[in-house]
Amino acid sequence: MKSDANTFTLPARVLHWLMAIMILAMLFIGVGMVASVSERHEWLLRIHKPLGIAILILAVLRLAVRLRHPPPALPVDLPAAQKLAAHASHWLLYILMLTMPLIGWAMLSAGGYPVMLSDSLRLPPIFPTSPVAFAVLRHLHSWFAMLLFLTFLAHMAAALYHGLIRRDGVLSSMLRGGKKVAVIEPAEMIEPAIEPDSMR
Amino acid sequence: MHDPSILDAPPNRHLGSWALIAAVVALTLGAFGYVGGWLAPHRLTPRRIVDQLQDNAGTFAGYRRNHAKGVCVTGYFQSSGQAQAYSDAQVFASGHTPLVGRFAIPGGNPYAPDSSVPIRSMALRFAQANGQQWRTGMNSMPVFPVSTPQAFYAQLKAQQPDPATGKPDPTKVAAFFAAHPETAAFRAWAKTAKPSASFATENYWSLDAFVFTNNAGKRQPVRWRMVPEATDTGSSVGNGNNPDYLAGDLTQRLSQGPLRWHLLVTLAQPGDPTNDATKEWPADRPTIDAGTLVIEHTGPQESGACRDINYDPLVLPDGIEASDDPLLPARSAAYADSYLRRTSEEAHLPGSAVAQPKPEIK
Repeated sequence: MKSDANTFTLPARVLHWLMAIMILAMLFIGVGMVASVSERHEWLLRIHKPLGIAILILAVLRLAVRLRHPPPALPVDLPAAQKLAAHASHWLLYILMLTMPLIGWAMLSAGGYPVMLSDSLRLPPIFPTSPVAFAVLRHLHSWFAMLLFLTFLAHMAAALYHGLIRRDGVLSSMLRGGKKVAVIEPAEMIEPAIEPDSMR
Repeated sequence: MHDPSILDAPPNRHLGSWALIAAVVALTLGAFGYVGGWLAPHRLTPRRIVDQLQDNAGTFAGYRRNHAKGVCVTGYFQSSGQAQAYSDAQVFASGHTPLVGRFAIPGGNPYAPDSSVPIRSMALRFAQANGQQWRTGMNSMPVFPVSTPQAFYAQLKAQQPDPATGKPDPTKVAAFFAAHPETAAFRAWAKTAKPSASFATENYWSLDAFVFTNNAGKRQPVRWRMVPEATDTGSSVGNGNNPDYLAGDLTQRLSQGPLRWHLLVTLAQPGDPTNDATKEWPADRPTIDAGTLVIEHTGPQESGACRDINYDPLVLPDGIEASDDPLLPARSAAYADSYLRRTSEEAHLPGSAVAQPKPEIK
């Protein structure tokens, strides 16, 4: 139980929480800017593009970290359906955090826009100019954003379920390093019923 | 690892935890819905502006939702070098910059007669050698009727045709102008304005203010306008029975040689309003001739190079920035919505409007 296999490595945890903030901010920035005609529209758009590219770079890095250091196994007693949901939603999150920035980049390329990350930093186009491709990619960007938001909600709810209700160490494997988990988990096992009741 | 009996526990055992999880999810969902506008029905959104444009003019699949009728042009800008002191933009360095432009008339109907409005517009996309772009949309009037997107939306609403008469309700229009005294300068201009016989003889104003920035970090608020070299008032095409006389006039003029405008940049002085397109700056403000716009070719917008360009006024190169004019982000946001609608129609995506044949001219 005290082995490293029960927790995520430090780089994985840092990347997870950093990207959690960035992606959640990105989702709010995205829906906020397209629903605004005020100056918010402009400054949110100015954050949206460089933040998206930063997420893309970190997502590639994170995938590499994950492939090098596989995440801890899920609890053996977790029902098969929940295990499947956990694996499927994690891979969906990876697919979305890698494809969303690429779709956004391709979409601007197809629309003939210069892809400006700042006043002067410009990325090359990654897709030929095409109004049809622009429309498809632009809609895909919205639909994938909604899917990403719903997957995030499910992920957050599941994390809280593991942390508050099952108390099976899944949440703490992303919160704490290996040594602390070994100290805290037995305590959780001794008094499983006290905290949940006191929360009411 | 954990006590399996927990899952068989009475349902109220984890009620607090479940309630907490539900509350966190609901709160996040609610915040998302509010920021995204779904739970903020009173907020003015790009979608509402473009919907209103469609309510006023009808929906014409594949066309821009405003300034729908127009023609494509191509040419270049020959810089004089004089604006370089104020802006780092490559377009102002000596040399020439190719461009794709569009002349149009306001309104959402691509079949409206050219004589139906006294306003003409010019949109340009300068393609700098460094890959950056400058897009601008200008109108042939020195001031805009309103200064905020909210007032623009209210004006559109007031001008929506009454289904009974097919025309705007004069009492609603009068009530709008009474409630918006900032429209006075525009109305004074409109009183004497007549639909011109040519795109070539018009001045085109940026209306909104922008900010030029140079490599010393100096910021200079500006407005600009395109001043034509052509000064004749007539047109040999004649506009008797031809509702599309502007396109004919342009083609004929260009068959005899390029058309030229001068880009005059007006430098604001401290205190000149940059956030109010209804107010002209004092006439004595210094003006620089930044260079010559040369238009060489024209073609129909259905097949021309301008068709797939969104002339978003906030696509700006390094050296030109937006001012605090609240119309600018609203234009950018609404143009993006219009662009998505017409490209979706181009792609025949489900849910997008279907193109109708051109109506018969009576």
